[in-house]
Amino acid sequence: MDTTVKRKKTESPEIEIGRETRLELYRLQVELRYCEKRAYDLFLQNLVKGTSHLSLGQEAIAAAFGVAMRPDDWTFCTYRGHAHTLARGASMAGVLGELMGRECGLLGGKGGSMHLTDVTHGAMGSYAIIGAHLPVAAGAAWSAQYRGTEQVAVCFFGDGTTNIGAFHESLNFSAVWQLPVVFVCENNLYMEYTPIHAVTAVKNPAADRASAYGLESILIDGNDADAVYRTAVECMTRARKGGGPALIEAVTYRHSGHSRADPAKYRPDGELEKWLERDPVKIYRERLLHLGFTEGTLQDIEAEVTRKVDEATAIAKASPTPSLDGIERNVWADGGAAWRN
Amino acid sequence: MAELTYRDAVAAGIAQEMERDERVVFLGEDVAAAGGVFKATVGLLEKFGPRRVRDCPISEQAILGATMGAAMTGLRPIAEIMFSDFLAVCWDIVANEIAKMRYMTNGQIQLPLVIRTANGAGSRFGAQHSQSVENWAMAVPGIKVVAPAFPADVKGLLAAAVRDPDPVLFFEQKSLYAMKGEVPDGECIDELGKANVLRSGKDCTIVALAAMVHRALGAAEILEKEHGISCTVVDVRSLVPLDTRTILSEVVKTGRLVTVEENPRLCGWGAEVASIVTEECFWDLDGPIVRITTPHVPLPSADQLEDNTIPSVERIVREIRQKID
Repeated sequence: MDTTVKRKKTESPEIEIGRETRLELYRLQVELRYCEKRAYDLFLQNLVKGTSHLSLGQEAIAAAFGVAMRPDDWTFCTYRGHAHTLARGASMAGVLGELMGRECGLLGGKGGSMHLTDVTHGAMGSYAIIGAHLPVAAGAAWSAQYRGTEQVAVCFFGDGTTNIGAFHESLNFSAVWQLPVVFVCENNLYMEYTPIHAVTAVKNPAADRASAYGLESILIDGNDADAVYRTAVECMTRARKGGGPALIEAVTYRHSGHSRADPAKYRPDGELEKWLERDPVKIYRERLLHLGFTEGTLQDIEAEVTRKVDEATAIAKASPTPSLDGIERNVWADGGAAWRN
Repeated sequence: MAELTYRDAVAAGIAQEMERDERVVFLGEDVAAAGGVFKATVGLLEKFGPRRVRDCPISEQAILGATMGAAMTGLRPIAEIMFSDFLAVCWDIVANEIAKMRYMTNGQIQLPLVIRTANGAGSRFGAQHSQSVENWAMAVPGIKVVAPAFPADVKGLLAAAVRDPDPVLFFEQKSLYAMKGEVPDGECIDELGKANVLRSGKDCTIVALAAMVHRALGAAEILEKEHGISCTVVDVRSLVPLDTRTILSEVVKTGRLVTVEENPRLCGWGAEVASIVTEECFWDLDGPIVRITTPHVPLPSADQLEDNTIPSVERIVREIRQKID
């Protein structure tokens, strides 16, 4: 698989990225990276239970959208959703606590790693059934359109999703209704354990399908935070102004396996190493130095993020396990679980 | 009081709620310009316009997914799934997404939405357009399940479903669409989770749902007049929440329970009712509980076959006479 991605023709180089924005893009990528690494460490310590799907290597996409989105925009993501949830400003202790099944978890321990949600920050759920959240994002966009709020729904999913029916239903539906929704395919080259090209009729699983729904084919380098940021701003601005949906394919690579159970032995020799050279955090750091930011500024950011992750870890570790009263709470809006009188 | 058909009561219920609340929107396949394949939503497009009454592609996952997304962000959508059989196409959205969202997010997400669908037999449509699937829904925690038998209940329960903060699956019985009945004038709002006692007797309590309510009433009439067996008839109306208080108190009075279910035998709602009655008022029973259901087969199409598959008035009379006499 070609690891270099040509910039798409419509990417707007005129979208200026200011110095503050660049620092925020770096800070957020570092935060997502360090927190995800901590989640992995906690798993090795047997403190994170169940499964988890790490975003290591894919941080540029979540960070760039996190910076580009309006606070009242909505994020819909998948079970690989730690980074997307954090990128909207969700509490890191809440994320780690949820992974550890603690009371301080974002969902009080009732959802786990695959369902991180923080409505107060616009993180409208992590969905663990492939494709299910695409129409849900379309529905949120419909609500924004109906109420005239100029909010945008952004929906992240993997390359494997492009082969399920809900993907196609949602794109058609959103295009016909001209909904303010941006669909973002994070193409990390593997549908779980199988290379996406082995199971897909077209070379670019999302971008090559866009024309079927009257949408522009957008293929970008998902490891370049600036490229993702520019595309995000462009597509969201258009959607806000009534220009309808967008489908972005951002090519990236996950450094670890599909889930914690997967050592990723199916990857050809040398592939990971090649992608590590294009590690989004590494290349962004080099870019900032090249642009004149000082080593000290970047080290300060890294130290600050380390402190934040340590602090969140301590809070999560200190948090008790959830009260058993919660088992029969919150099935219904009245707070209970009664199905009979 | 006005006399409305069951189908007109659907449109009247939706219109009442759309007039009251700007957040109420309605979507589905062929529901707007065509007024619905069962003509249950005629006039809504003309009255409320294409912004609020929307035709959709044949994309059941998109329809219910969009319904969910709209509900979690401030609207109160009503979706139509043309035939309840088609719920299988979008069951992920119903059972994995809509039903679980509030619980998994520990109450962060609220889904005030209604899914209306045409359920049941009587139209000779065969096994993929005639099923009674209310027990599929009943098995999933997190979704309310309603199935009215009368036009007045259609309007009142639909209004209650729209105003309810939780997701409601609203089963309309397609064989009842042409049935007429009195519907109160003015605003009509009923209560979810309340069964109605339609007839009181002393020998046997028949508990039925939707189309089977009318057959239970027909059977009760014959049993009384021709065989001297006096029956109570309870219209369940809502499976979740289930009004067990009414059912239990009516069973205790007669000492006998018969359920009449259109669904195939296994795991039909009557099995749950029988289980509750057995656990909680066993010593008040004078004999075994009787479940009258469709046999555990896919539904056949031909008139004679379909009519002899779902419980008929004659079969209810026969079974009650055999078991109770």
